[in-house]
Amino acid sequence: MRAAWATFKRELASYFATPVGYVFIIIFLGLSGTLTFHVGDFFRRGQADLQPFFAFHPWLYLLLMPAVSMRLWAEERRSGTIELLLTLPIGLGQAVVAKFLAAWAFSAIALALTVPMWITVGYLGSPDHGVILAGYLGSLLMAGAYLAVGAAVSATTKSQAIAFVLAVAVCFGLTAMGAPAALSLATGRVPPGLIDTLASFSFLAHFDSIARGVIDLRDLVFFGSAIVFFLFVNALVLDLRKAA
Amino acid sequence: MTDAMIAIENLTRRFGPILAVDDVSFSVGKGDVVGLLGPNGAGKSTAMKMVTGFLPPSNGRARICGIDVQERPVAASARFGYLPEGAPSYPDMTPAGFLTFVAELRGLPARRSVAAAAAKTGLDEVMRQPIDTLSKGYRCRVGLAAALLHDPDVLILDEPTDGLDPNQRYQIRRLIEQMAPDKAIIICTHILEEVEAVCSRAIIIARGRLLADDTPAGLAARSASGRLDEVFRAITLDGRHPGAAEA
Repeated sequence: MRAAWATFKRELASYFATPVGYVFIIIFLGLSGTLTFHVGDFFRRGQADLQPFFAFHPWLYLLLMPAVSMRLWAEERRSGTIELLLTLPIGLGQAVVAKFLAAWAFSAIALALTVPMWITVGYLGSPDHGVILAGYLGSLLMAGAYLAVGAAVSATTKSQAIAFVLAVAVCFGLTAMGAPAALSLATGRVPPGLIDTLASFSFLAHFDSIARGVIDLRDLVFFGSAIVFFLFVNALVLDLRKAA
Repeated sequence: MTDAMIAIENLTRRFGPILAVDDVSFSVGKGDVVGLLGPNGAGKSTAMKMVTGFLPPSNGRARICGIDVQERPVAASARFGYLPEGAPSYPDMTPAGFLTFVAELRGLPARRSVAAAAAKTGLDEVMRQPIDTLSKGYRCRVGLAAALLHDPDVLILDEPTDGLDPNQRYQIRRLIEQMAPDKAIIICTHILEEVEAVCSRAIIIARGRLLADDTPAGLAARSASGRLDEVFRAITLDGRHPGAAEA
């Protein structure tokens, strides 16, 4: 625990040691504001909720979460610190979880900074605060799943650029599987049973139902198991390819 | 030699068709300073990566203070300090931040252990500067300080004086001499004078194989001139034309 805590602290602090963390937060806030107010037509909808805000999160995270996760292991490989870290008295699994949690905590900080949006809605009307809270919960869980994918991909390479591009590609696949366009494209070419199975693995479908305020245990379990699965892959990749 | 604090048995590592380390066995006892010598690419660093448990061996095993590094890596790594090749550390941290991180991870009283390690390695002046602004010599000493933090029984140093000026080298050698009596130390190097200066034993590795294991004086006596570099050349270039290897 002690070793994992030290690693978590170091990793989280490293986001703020360079401008990267601040740039990320500014871009995240700027983009989510722009998308909500302009593209999402926040005011003309005339409804006091954060639906247009959360609706863009899967697509926003698709680009931004891989930027948070890309350095996790790729940078350790490039600089050789992976050899230092993994010969310190910390288990491989603990190191994987600690670094992932640091990235997740960082994205939670970025997400928490959008709370003024919530306050605005509360000031303008009387929103259903339960739905908004559910939206934040879903958003945070989805961010965790994206980050776990990104962390696993980051462990395969010493190039942050490759880690970023691969993570975007994998996350795009996992998100778009549930998008109507992808589903209609697959209809008729793929057996219907397979389409349902694939669609049920989509981040989008699970996030949408939570963001509508329906907190179904199955959606929570889905994101939880996605995180666990990709962290397991992360540890496996590191164990197999330590020296590369 | 007393009981082995580092025990290496039949250590072998393949990378595809390449045999990087080929059936290497030796042990290091308390008070021993072993110089692991060899040309670049001889397999020294690969061997040390296996001794520290970072790289799983294709065959054989390594034990630190009796603990198998593959079976119980966390327990083993509490007993050794390791300076990997190139002294990697986190460039955006300061030496103070980096050493505090390692101390906390190891569960040491951070303030005290960091101050002691920094004083030993002469880092006091640069403790608050980002590591990526430091000279190579200082970065090397940051890595050394991290390896010394917990005052381990076993020290494994991969090119500890790489990039240091003669004065800094002298300091590090003095430090190693001071620590030597109650530790088992392996120093990887290709600098022969270093072996003569600080090591009680010299092991020569070339093309993955252990070719000689003797005291520096004993090795030097193998050539007519009594010079270690001649012996080194004779052993590592065995069967090869010296001119061809230098080209």
